[in-house]
Amino acid sequence: MKTIITDVLIIGGGLAGLRTAIGAKRRGHEVIVLSLVPPKRSHSAAAQGGMQASLANVVKGQGDCEDIHFEDTVRGSDWGADQVVARMFVNTAPKAVRELAAWGTPWSRVKGGDREVIINGQKVTITERMEAEGLIAQRDFGGTKKWRTCYVSDGTGHAMLFTTSDQAIANGIAVHERTEALSLIHDGERCYGAVVRNLITGELTAYLAKATAIATGGAGRLYRVTTNAVICEGMGHALALETGVAALGNMEAVQFHPTGIFPAGILVTEGCRGDGGLLRDVEGHRFMPDYEPEKKELASRDVVSRRMEEHIRKGKGVSSRFGEHLWLDITLLGRRHIEHNLREVKEICQYFLGIDPAEKWIPVRPAQHYTMGGVRTLPTGESPYLKGLFAAGEAACWDLHGFNRLGGNSVAETVVAGMIVGERIADFCDRADNDIAAPVALAREFVQREEARLQALLTSSGTENAFKLCTEMQEIMTRCVGIFRTADDLQDGVSHLQRLLQKSRAIGLSGKSWGSNPELVAAYRIRRMLKLALTIAYGAYQRTESRGAHFREDFPARNDKDWLKRTLAFWPTQDAEATLPHLDYEPLDVQQMELPPGWRGYGTKNHIDHPDTQSRQFEVERIKTAIQSKGGDRHQLQEALMPYLDQLPAALQGRNERLDEPLEHQA
Amino acid sequence: MSAEQHNAPRKVTLNILRYNPQDENDVPRLQACDIEEADGMTLFIALNEIREHQDPTLQFDFVCRAGICGSCAMMVNGKPRLACRTLVTELPTESTLTPLPFFELIGDLSVNTGKWMRGMSERLETWLHGVEENVDLRKIEQRMTPEEADAVYEMDRCVECGCCVAACGTAQMRPDFVGAVGFGKIARFRLDPRDTRNDDDYFEVIGDDTGVFGCMSLLACQDVCPKSLPLKTQIAFLRRKMALIG
Repeated sequence: MKTIITDVLIIGGGLAGLRTAIGAKRRGHEVIVLSLVPPKRSHSAAAQGGMQASLANVVKGQGDCEDIHFEDTVRGSDWGADQVVARMFVNTAPKAVRELAAWGTPWSRVKGGDREVIINGQKVTITERMEAEGLIAQRDFGGTKKWRTCYVSDGTGHAMLFTTSDQAIANGIAVHERTEALSLIHDGERCYGAVVRNLITGELTAYLAKATAIATGGAGRLYRVTTNAVICEGMGHALALETGVAALGNMEAVQFHPTGIFPAGILVTEGCRGDGGLLRDVEGHRFMPDYEPEKKELASRDVVSRRMEEHIRKGKGVSSRFGEHLWLDITLLGRRHIEHNLREVKEICQYFLGIDPAEKWIPVRPAQHYTMGGVRTLPTGESPYLKGLFAAGEAACWDLHGFNRLGGNSVAETVVAGMIVGERIADFCDRADNDIAAPVALAREFVQREEARLQALLTSSGTENAFKLCTEMQEIMTRCVGIFRTADDLQDGVSHLQRLLQKSRAIGLSGKSWGSNPELVAAYRIRRMLKLALTIAYGAYQRTESRGAHFREDFPARNDKDWLKRTLAFWPTQDAEATLPHLDYEPLDVQQMELPPGWRGYGTKNHIDHPDTQSRQFEVERIKTAIQSKGGDRHQLQEALMPYLDQLPAALQGRNERLDEPLEHQA
Repeated sequence: MSAEQHNAPRKVTLNILRYNPQDENDVPRLQACDIEEADGMTLFIALNEIREHQDPTLQFDFVCRAGICGSCAMMVNGKPRLACRTLVTELPTESTLTPLPFFELIGDLSVNTGKWMRGMSERLETWLHGVEENVDLRKIEQRMTPEEADAVYEMDRCVECGCCVAACGTAQMRPDFVGAVGFGKIARFRLDPRDTRNDDDYFEVIGDDTGVFGCMSLLACQDVCPKSLPLKTQIAFLRRKMALIG
């Protein structure tokens, strides 16, 4: 058995994994990153529009600060987020942008003076402050009160990923490319690393580590129509789930992005609407103001996606041979803007649709986009259930996004989580009581188990086809566990998926190669994907309310009274025949919330209050009055409402400087 | 011709290079795969269809399938391009798909560009130099003019797909040639006011025949670059600068 021993094993070479790796490495720990593909190919590169951080450089972002970013994030999450984590995040996001700037990311910059922009369909001239010239620029995005999204044209994720990956190379971090973790090595209490398959040779290796981190991104490929890359199959989620010990949080919270190009589902950025693009129907009518007079096209993604589907149901969609769609109109932004700030969008339209978006409207329809659910962790990134297991980024649920993520908060989360979790992993590895004696016998047991599973697949006389099962699963998920959900559809979806899971136990392969074998890969992955699909579908079926992206037509109200709680899904591994996860719930404590539950400011106003909401609101008001009467500033008020700074690594606790908030004047 | 026949989807034959270097007994061969063209069908869709319905052993690489990650570069009728954004409609009835030359072959259409790119990156040190060890992240960021940022981004758009190297005459003869991708990286950091290196430093890594003096100015690199990077101008510029030093 081949064994590799390191301090830290990071599974996933995207932004979250690489930034976590850099953090741990700089603190003197040996790190190995595993990646399915060369790290610069990771799906982080696909983030186009930008990263939210309250720098407040542009004039439309003036007055922005952590407080407003925090409120936008919590409202966006429909109060599902962990507010302490949201606070940690908003305080670190400006630091993350600035760190990347210092590392070389070519953030788009402010030009002082007049410029023409499109706001609410109208040409408007705004004047940028001369003193902001050369600082990082921000654009508008959905669900935000200020222009807060920092960007690099519309290749933000690409630029961030290349910067971070180059820094990882500069730091000498080993990335084992084209490798896949098949299972975590653990004894039910502590994680010791992973069994890893080389995707070129098929060789299995035991990687033993003090700390193991999952940073594998989302699971969009569970759906037929998704913006996600083909590698986003949720295999990191599955690694944790299959331990039977670690939990996945809020798997039913799945985001659909309003503007996937139709029918391929390739993303065109929210920046299109942020920069002034409009949604139009079959008659060319701009319909969003009819539904959302306040935020219009720039309500949160869950709301816009639902309104679009609602509008299509009213017969206002455009018919095509692939079904119905709506239009995204960015022609009003002008050719110069499109060729300068929306270059990727232009290329995508040109190559995949054969149209010039400066002249023609883009056919769009909501497509699966983001997995809010993930490996449940503490604010440190560590699993509360399996010591030594960490998670960061989209694969994690430390719970920044609750039931709906704001646009621009995903790439921001990847690097912020990397900065925090990287430090926490280093702290963990620094402590002598976390040293391990390499559990070679345990590792052998796990390697042999994986070997036996692969051999069984290769020699199976089963007749089920892995590719076919995958297509069926994706269709069920899109049909039954999509934007609009009902008990009937979900029940139907769950039982279908259960049957598929059973069938997946009888997959047969036509190619028997142990090494590079795409069919074998599809076969072992589909079994895991089905388990994940079941955590989503079953979680959605059980959650009889609507919250964020989880919308139940039969329970259209957000019900804080019964459902202000996080879903935890465990897989009963002791039962080889199991076809359903075990669900548990973790209540959110209203009495600890800085921002008690209320109306989001967009979407339907129909929530059912939690019994504690009113008393917490009174308490918050009382604290506000008390602090303000003493002349306290916003930092003191925040501290009084919900202390969180001690949760951040010391280096990240500082305040953030802005043009209007110089550091000298701060305590 | 009846209307029905007229509307029948076109049959397209893809002659795909098959070879598994892991298997000692395998020999390279072209395998003909027939597919029925469909609306909006890209090579991403076509190759997956072949794998799912005709030959599950076929190896190829796709990640984003949206033309932004650079994974799927391959030779399509002799020219390197991104397969995911190649529409089958653009292809003749019979086409040939082969892996990118120059890079280590993993199998069939899959090549190890990642390994080569990491080596190139280590050799040319393609990261920002002069980064302070402990930047004070609380403070307002260093300024940069919008024009400088745009110029850096223009070169930063490289996706390391390998098309430029696959199309390069010099690379066919010099396996140690850094290729247009390498020059593009150097040009990117050279344009970046935050980088503390000077032309003497760059001369150290590209001032010889494996670098900028190896380029024969055939410039297919620019013709095939899927991101339309201005490689021609940047290489000529670098060569002039390096010649001043050498």
